[in-house]
Amino acid sequence: MSASFERGMAAFREVMDSPIASFFSSCVHCGLCAEACLFYTETGDPKYTPIHKLDPLKRVWQQEYTLLGRLGALVGLSKPVTEKELEQWSELVYDSCTLCGRCSMVCPVGNDIAYMVRKMREGMSAAGVAPEGMIGATQRAVTLGSPMGVKLPALQAQIRAQEAETGLSIPMDVQGADYMVLLSSMEVMNFPEYIGALGKIFRQAGVSWTLSSKAFEATNSGIQIGASDIAAELVQRIVDAAEGLGVKTVISPECGHAFTAIRWEGPNLIGRPYRFEVKHILEVLEELRQAGRLRTQGCDERPLTFHDPCQIARRGGVIEQPRNLLKSVASDFREMEEHGAMNWCCGGGGGVSANDRAEELRLVAFKRKKGQVEALGVDTLVTACANCRIILEEGLEHYNMDVEVVGLTELVAEHLIEDDK
Amino acid sequence: MSAMDLLLWSRGPGLAIAVSIFAFGVVLRLFEIYSLGRKADLAKPRVNTKACAGATVWRRMLPDMHILRRSPITYVAGYLFHFGLFVVVFLYAPHIKLIESTLGLSWPALPSALVDLVAVLTLISLVVVLVNRITDPVKRLLSGFEDYLTWAVTLLPVLTGYMAYHHLMFPYQTMLALHILSVELLLVIFPFTKLMHAITLFISRWYNGDIAARKGVQS
Repeated sequence: MSASFERGMAAFREVMDSPIASFFSSCVHCGLCAEACLFYTETGDPKYTPIHKLDPLKRVWQQEYTLLGRLGALVGLSKPVTEKELEQWSELVYDSCTLCGRCSMVCPVGNDIAYMVRKMREGMSAAGVAPEGMIGATQRAVTLGSPMGVKLPALQAQIRAQEAETGLSIPMDVQGADYMVLLSSMEVMNFPEYIGALGKIFRQAGVSWTLSSKAFEATNSGIQIGASDIAAELVQRIVDAAEGLGVKTVISPECGHAFTAIRWEGPNLIGRPYRFEVKHILEVLEELRQAGRLRTQGCDERPLTFHDPCQIARRGGVIEQPRNLLKSVASDFREMEEHGAMNWCCGGGGGVSANDRAEELRLVAFKRKKGQVEALGVDTLVTACANCRIILEEGLEHYNMDVEVVGLTELVAEHLIEDDK
Repeated sequence: MSAMDLLLWSRGPGLAIAVSIFAFGVVLRLFEIYSLGRKADLAKPRVNTKACAGATVWRRMLPDMHILRRSPITYVAGYLFHFGLFVVVFLYAPHIKLIESTLGLSWPALPSALVDLVAVLTLISLVVVLVNRITDPVKRLLSGFEDYLTWAVTLLPVLTGYMAYHHLMFPYQTMLALHILSVELLLVIFPFTKLMHAITLFISRWYNGDIAARKGVQS
């Protein structure tokens, strides 16, 4: 038995809590969670049943935290978890789960399975069975400050380009600004127009805002791979920068898991509440719209729909805001049959997009989103997560679908009234 | 041991032993769950979660309509046997009399002929869920000895009750004794198997609802 395996088992024991014990106690093996999981519905392979992905964790609970299990272990009736099994389960825990949490919404006994997969990854990561791609992303996040290796000069170059395009100046390190804006590497590299869009919107709304040169990266590979110490370090960088600048609110970007990391897990990771608020960009935009500070004109007339990023909608509670914003700038907004808190994942969340070996499976799972889009007959797909956006674009291209993917913030910015230039 | 002796034992010492193990087991299992504890959530919640968590406890009684369409047998047979168990256990006149004699509580019974029909439906739906468990690839993968044991131990009290009522196979006293013993077996294994979900689902639904409600989602 290797030392890393022992560390993994210790991490399983570390995460064990009352919710997990109640969830495992309640499971009746009905298998309904499978019907909620796109990795099962699109492959038909029973091994992708969400609760099955937790089998090693369940056995540790059963054998060490229940009387009957302990008696069974004493007389040698139980099957201890092995290192080989953890290696086998790596695919189930990392490749075939995006932490989308759909299974957690339908379980008849109320098991929050995504909560448990997140916890199980702590043990899998400690045991050294996390996928190479995610280990690399996590290492880059720690050493370079970004999972994609995007450093400050790269951001500065993109900012200069956006400033040239919009004619606005993008504020950096402004002491005492109201809002500190975070970005994702994906946005910096692939969708820098998000930065320009924010500049335009905040100028019209008269918002005092800033970026931080010390902490602009919002994504957090630590919560995806399941390494709480690393996740805490990444959150701490943002907290130090925000509290150093004395901002009132930190804005999480168009990225799903970044919002979960900074809004919901962050205070627990660093062990204290923040001295600032955290809001998702869509929450801020909707507040500005309702206050009459975000004024738009004209409507996009293309038939379009909205893809809810799981961590922003189902696991983040930002559901109405994007719809209100979209309806203010689009005249033919069509809702997918299952949307909002019951949306279907793009297939690339929870670190799956950083995990190369999962690519083939991810494209199979994308058939679910493909079907949803085809059923509506739209040619534009709006979303609010740079990661979803890349995954959607790759999926659409793979299946030769002529559908454009657009970021909601940029769509809103395109319709701003520009009278007061 | 005569049939009468068996009946007397099952009604006396047998019942006392079974109820004691049941009570001890349930308290132990609840202790095992709650003693693990739960870290306080330091993230500022969106809403007061208590009402939402309570709502989740009730909402999960109802199916998600899309999942219902994908897996109708699980839901229909599942509802039928749970509902059937409730009727035969709590709305059959002799059972109510037993409860009245021990706890002093009483309520109206359904006509025995109707309970009899419900018992047949319950048995049929239990057979359906078993066949479904064996033939459905997902359920078969998730199933082990415990799943078949709990199935059998759930079926036996209904079956023996039905047989006693209709005076089938054995003399009434023998069948009644077997019926009571089967219930005692159920009580004994209840806390240590997935049958415990009848109690812990209120805990897990509450946690689920609480976790989601903090984020502003009704789960």
